[in-house]
Amino acid sequence: MSQEYDAIVIGGGHNGLTCAAYLAKAGRKTLVLERRHVLGGAAVSEEIFPGFTFTVCSYVVSLLRPEVIHELELAKHGLQVLPLDSAFAPMENGDYFANYADPATTREELRRHSERDAENYFKFSQLMYEMAYAVKPIIGMVPPNPANPGLRGLRDMRDLFKHIHGLGKRTFHDLTKIMTMSAADLMDEYFETDVLKALMALNGIIGTKLGPKSPGTAYVLLHHYMGELDGAFTAWGGQRGGTGGVSEAIASAARSHGAEIRVSAPVAKVLVKNGRAEGVVLENGDEIRAKTVVSAADPRVTFRKLVDEKELPPDLVTAIDNFKFRGSSGKVNLALDALPKFTAMKDPSLITGMMEICPSMDYLERAYDDAAYGGFSKRPYMDIIIPTTVDPTMAPPGKHVMSIFVQYASYDMPEYGDRNQQRDAFGNAVIDTLTEFAPNLKDIILHKQVLTPWDMEQEIGLAEGNIFAGELTLDQLFFARPAPGVADYRTPIRNYYQCGSGTHPGGGITGGPGRLGALEILRDRA
Amino acid sequence: MPRHTPFHSRTGTLCSSQSWQEWSGFLSANMYELDHIHEYNAVRISCGLFDISPLYKYAIRGREALGLLDRIATRDVSKCRVGKAMYTTWCDDEGKIIDDGTIARLGEDHYRLTAAIPTLTWLQDNALGFDVSIEDTSEQFAGISIQGPTSRGVLGEISDADLAGLPYFGVLEGKVAGVPAQISRTGYTGDLGYEVFVAPGDAETLWDAVMESGASYALRPAGNVALEMVRIEAGLLLIDADFHSAKQTFFAVQKSTPYELGLGWTVKLDKRYFVGQEALRREHERGPVKTTVGLEVDINALERIYARFGMPLHLPYTAWNDEIPIYADEERREHVGKATSGTWSPILKKYVVIARVQSGHGKLGGRLQIEMSVEGERFTVPATVVRMPFFDPPRKRE
Repeated sequence: MSQEYDAIVIGGGHNGLTCAAYLAKAGRKTLVLERRHVLGGAAVSEEIFPGFTFTVCSYVVSLLRPEVIHELELAKHGLQVLPLDSAFAPMENGDYFANYADPATTREELRRHSERDAENYFKFSQLMYEMAYAVKPIIGMVPPNPANPGLRGLRDMRDLFKHIHGLGKRTFHDLTKIMTMSAADLMDEYFETDVLKALMALNGIIGTKLGPKSPGTAYVLLHHYMGELDGAFTAWGGQRGGTGGVSEAIASAARSHGAEIRVSAPVAKVLVKNGRAEGVVLENGDEIRAKTVVSAADPRVTFRKLVDEKELPPDLVTAIDNFKFRGSSGKVNLALDALPKFTAMKDPSLITGMMEICPSMDYLERAYDDAAYGGFSKRPYMDIIIPTTVDPTMAPPGKHVMSIFVQYASYDMPEYGDRNQQRDAFGNAVIDTLTEFAPNLKDIILHKQVLTPWDMEQEIGLAEGNIFAGELTLDQLFFARPAPGVADYRTPIRNYYQCGSGTHPGGGITGGPGRLGALEILRDRA
Repeated sequence: MPRHTPFHSRTGTLCSSQSWQEWSGFLSANMYELDHIHEYNAVRISCGLFDISPLYKYAIRGREALGLLDRIATRDVSKCRVGKAMYTTWCDDEGKIIDDGTIARLGEDHYRLTAAIPTLTWLQDNALGFDVSIEDTSEQFAGISIQGPTSRGVLGEISDADLAGLPYFGVLEGKVAGVPAQISRTGYTGDLGYEVFVAPGDAETLWDAVMESGASYALRPAGNVALEMVRIEAGLLLIDADFHSAKQTFFAVQKSTPYELGLGWTVKLDKRYFVGQEALRREHERGPVKTTVGLEVDINALERIYARFGMPLHLPYTAWNDEIPIYADEERREHVGKATSGTWSPILKKYVVIARVQSGHGKLGGRLQIEMSVEGERFTVPATVVRMPFFDPPRKRE
């Protein structure tokens, strides 16, 4: 059986779908092939327990590029992001720290802990705002190859330097500092309240196997601040119905432009002849031909599984083998009979926002230490949302779903037994720790879904369970993502492209790789 | 001193922002928190609870109740069956709009009219020679509006009425929270929603029951700031913002006709006599000089203007009601109308505006220029004429 398409996109995650939507919108006959029975990759919602929809892996949206939202008209196709504008962090002594949507309320809460921090909070917000504005053009551009930039690369680099230079000396210095320092050190420069520092440093460690005191984590933190919601930087939100709703919206946009999307269609190989991609072979043996093949999978699958290494230069093979995945986080999703009661939560409205188990900076660093040599944190860091408090349709009336992002957990944890035992031990550590802060938790659990990094690899296809399809450390960003020379979405194989989170601008629900990848394909094959 | 509605013992406690405005002589909550965004989202994702007691309400009963209402309303009220409600406008003899509201037919000869401005005298003056009784029941009823996708669930738990069988713009009398109530599937949000009227003495019982039932449906009390945003998304006009009542302005230039307001569909010229019919017929034949349109502001163009100042795109956080010039051209040579309200729509991810422009400039897809200021400097930003309502989910009617 042989069919001819202009483009085949391997992988129906949100970036694959985004790429397909742009290609289809440009009139290309496009086919998306997804291995699983559902679309979305790590941005997926599934009814794991009858009546309860879980936002299985990813759970928040913020980094989704405004241009993707507008160009694909995603609101029309069902994108509905609800701001998560408060954060609650219980402390070990029974007190808590919280921030709110309203700056005045946040300031009062900060003053309860430290007058100085209350004033510096705005100063820090200013810094993050400036940094986000400074790096914004980077997120939207195709990484030039500094070693061999070409005319376009030179022009892009000139524009970029002009932009950053125009921001003033202070911004430039701050930026270089943030690119290299640790999140903990950055916090020490601004704040004195420990729980506040821990809460603010969190974004520096998410999805990364580094502790808050490790250099480089300040950049990861900044990456999380680049999110924009309705023109407001640093805003985070949850998608109605879970993040699968984002993927569904993008898929709907792709279909509206004529893209064909198949699920349960795992690709075995990319057909390569004389250094050119000509189509794909499915695991069931079917061959499908296309002028262009795009991999939305992670770099390991893209370069090491879908094509033979002999088609690639050895340096690239080595670079991809050295690309760090190192999944560091797990996920626990709960179906709940009622709302959990956090002992320290004096203001019940905080239940609709984020709840962070990060009582102190040392707690976070210790959580890292526990897992530095394998295993998981005995008392892990958790980032929790209960989406049903704003979107009750995800569970029966009065019932709730709880999404718990957990860090740290290692890919291999043989000291806990086989994979099932590892999962159980990890899940129990999470529930036990959380119960210390919300004592009624164990009594209200109707169902529990536990995902270790290994499970994420098996179920979703994320290599080593890394949620960003490769760590977001400086050595793996921009023109080095996934490797120097292949950061422009092309590969050494002609007509074979990449558009997953393992390419620039990286992980999170951004749509950036999908969009930029598609635009490069359209440039080559205009 | 503004008065308190029958729900004030509850709303007064819940309104932690203490942000109120005057509505027909009553205190009306603007927002319950210091920020309105949760309330806005509740209306679109779960549901919001509004206190609408200040609405003017009239009971019209008697053999010629229909005759009277048909004489006033631009729509054909004889088409309104028992158990249905109808949105209509009413005009003066020149065809200039006085007000808009709903007529609910509660019985064969029993109607309820809701209005934004006092209307008793207008009803009485028109009732000469009619066998009707007119009663101002404004203070005999306390009202709430439950609006949003989960509103049916909230109300269903505390009412014996057949809500699933109640169509869009249907009305019935039943019990809610054990007390007698008028329930209509109407609202000012363009979403699935219900309005419930009870005796003032039952107001607190109703409120408490709705809040308790609503806890399982993420219901939130909501105020005027959120309401402003959703009513613009729904393309619903607001008196004193998008138009003025012919009875409340001194100036001809501020009066408008239903045709000019995009409400021509409510004018049934071929029905029997109604006030303003001849004037409206003439206008219809001539063609109205103005028309009301929806505009979508080009935010990419707006972003480019902000970039000139080294600033990222800034979008309004709440709705605005203001008269903003609209031009046909960038150079601002040809002024063609005015915007009257606008909002960034978080759900649509669009900057939407309601504007009144010269008829020739109201074509769908047409490109106009709206004046905006950035850092105190005036610019024009392109805006496209689009269909209203901007937001119109199927659940509103389903």
